[in-house]
Amino acid sequence: MATQATRVVIEAGREDRAYLRDLWRYRELLLYLAWRNVTVQYKQTLIGVAWAVVRPVATMLILVLVFGKLARLDSGGVDYPLLVLSGMLPWQLFASSMSEAGNSLVINNNLVSKVYFPRLIVPLSATGVSIVDFLVTCPILAFLMVTDSHHLDIGWQLLLLPIFLLLAWLAAVGSGLWLSALNVRFRDVRYVMPFIVQFGLYLSPVGFSLSNMKRIPEAYKALYALNPMVGVIEGARWSLFGDGTTPDWFAIGIAPGIIAVLFFSGFWYFWKTERTFADII
Amino acid sequence: MADPVIQVENLGKKYLLRHKAAGHGGYSTLRDAIVAGAKALPRRLFRRNAGGATREEFWALKDVSFQVPQGDVVGVIGRNGAGKSTLLKLLSRITAPSRGRIVLDGRVASLLEVGTGFHPELTGRENVFLNGAILGMSRDEIRRKFDEIVSFAGVERFLDTPVKRYSSGMYVRLAFAVAAHLEPEILLVDEVLAVGDAAFQKKCLAKVRSVSRSGRTIFFVSHNIGSVLEICNTGLLLEEGHLTANGPVRDVVARYYTALNDSGGGLSAGSFQGPLSKTVIFDRLIINDAPASGSRLIAPADGVRVRVEGRALADVPDFRTTFSLFREGTRLLTMHDVATPEVLPAGRFEVTYTIPPFLLRPGDYAVALGGRRVSGDDWVWGTDLSVLSVLEEWGPGCDPDDHGWLNVPQRGRRICHAASRNGVETVAP
Repeated sequence: MATQATRVVIEAGREDRAYLRDLWRYRELLLYLAWRNVTVQYKQTLIGVAWAVVRPVATMLILVLVFGKLARLDSGGVDYPLLVLSGMLPWQLFASSMSEAGNSLVINNNLVSKVYFPRLIVPLSATGVSIVDFLVTCPILAFLMVTDSHHLDIGWQLLLLPIFLLLAWLAAVGSGLWLSALNVRFRDVRYVMPFIVQFGLYLSPVGFSLSNMKRIPEAYKALYALNPMVGVIEGARWSLFGDGTTPDWFAIGIAPGIIAVLFFSGFWYFWKTERTFADII
Repeated sequence: MADPVIQVENLGKKYLLRHKAAGHGGYSTLRDAIVAGAKALPRRLFRRNAGGATREEFWALKDVSFQVPQGDVVGVIGRNGAGKSTLLKLLSRITAPSRGRIVLDGRVASLLEVGTGFHPELTGRENVFLNGAILGMSRDEIRRKFDEIVSFAGVERFLDTPVKRYSSGMYVRLAFAVAAHLEPEILLVDEVLAVGDAAFQKKCLAKVRSVSRSGRTIFFVSHNIGSVLEICNTGLLLEEGHLTANGPVRDVVARYYTALNDSGGGLSAGSFQGPLSKTVIFDRLIINDAPASGSRLIAPADGVRVRVEGRALADVPDFRTTFSLFREGTRLLTMHDVATPEVLPAGRFEVTYTIPPFLLRPGDYAVALGGRRVSGDDWVWGTDLSVLSVLEEWGPGCDPDDHGWLNVPQRGRRICHAASRNGVETVAP
């Protein structure tokens, strides 16, 4: 006879109390879907996974040209390409995880309307592609750091880099949960996301260093730091370039708080609405 | 009676219907879409979530209660839109109930479609693992059954080929093979047996039977009354969201046929699907001049004269109506009102179809009706609208020895080579 562990009670108007248990039970599916996304990503392309490198490098070159060569901004103590790429990588991790997650439910609507599993698995597994892309690009950053003309003094802060990357991922998951759940109801989200990514690239300190913003009043800086990616990118640069840099500690300090709010509210909204996904997708 | 493994109490599922297609689709030009969208925007931004003049509640399922003991094979039958699929979606937790309670004791696997999550770019091998995981199998479980799955599907040679290069038959066989090797305590199945060729369908039914013999509980939704009768021991009949019969499968099927015949010739608009179902309305179906229920019993010598009355709310160009008979889920024949599609002018219309005497052999035939606009590829279609029961009246035109579904005129021929056989006989002694 079935044991208590396999008994499922479904009641109208009540959220699933065994949600986390189910999430754990379906952990293999999370890995399979992430693996599927990664495998399929570059199928039938000529240069395959090299796209993961080409895209951020091309964007980096443009930003170097615009901010470094044309606007002649200060590079904050490192070569300009390195400055840009060190902001670019966390930004790409965030932006592409967020868009992949945001579109994931709609793309996988056949799964959502035909099989049961905790829906959280879909946006989470969608970020797998971005993580792999990120890892593939890392060696280029390492290469630029080793060949940097300023002879970087890499210190203990490097050990904190994973924390900043985790924050970038959590920020992406938090906003991705909001966007994917909203996308099920309002397809407008699909058109809004590219704007967030495009504006965000210029609004976050990717193509320039915050040290260029010294003349900006403090009040505006606080407003600016509400974008959690400001703190994440500042923190990542600080951990990479070491003591020579003076990061914006205020931005780094409030980023985890903002990201926590984003993540837990995203999780809450997703959990509240996921039982209706199959009806309206 | 064994302990129930499925308990359903006062189950209900409500949908909100929006009466005007809002936002997506339905606009003929971009300009119309922009104008309508701009007008609707304030309302859509500020509308309340519940109620509103443009919305109507629709109960797809209401006050459904039943229990299923362990080891039962339950067939769920009913017309289109009766709530069969909704019930299955609730049991499989894809969607949440609006009322009531479901208790499931045991691991549940649901099969609403074969090959859910199959990715065309992945190979057969990769898809087996992916699909298995989606259906709730663990990696070890899939590994253990992998060879069995592959040989059941018969795709050994193509394991490392992307499934987008598979023939549709291979694709379906592989997809079903994965599903067939699920070993849940409760299996929920929707129509999926209606795939593949006849030989494969037979294999699938055999598989379902062997699963049921191993003591597992199966919940089976189908239009195919034949396979319901074949594999199920109990039945549930749903009519317009209500559970109207629950008991031994033969009784429930009998009840279903009676219910189908009780509609008195009137057709409900809800029985029809498709983009043209709002434009071409079929009102009445009259068989052998009498809309009453008893008259659908047909003597083989009478033949069948079908008259359909309907309305077209607008001119429909390139249109012809289609009448089909189904037997046990197999489409037996199709007829049209006109040989080549032509315009159906707005207004009332009447079409007739004639099936000659003695063509249909005794048995039950389900009626389907609809039509198609060939140029725009728009259609309207309704199945299980009525049941014709051809009586067992044997005679010269209907020989009990002629097994099968149709009588055809005697077209066989016999040639005896009596002379040569005699020749052999004379030589032999």
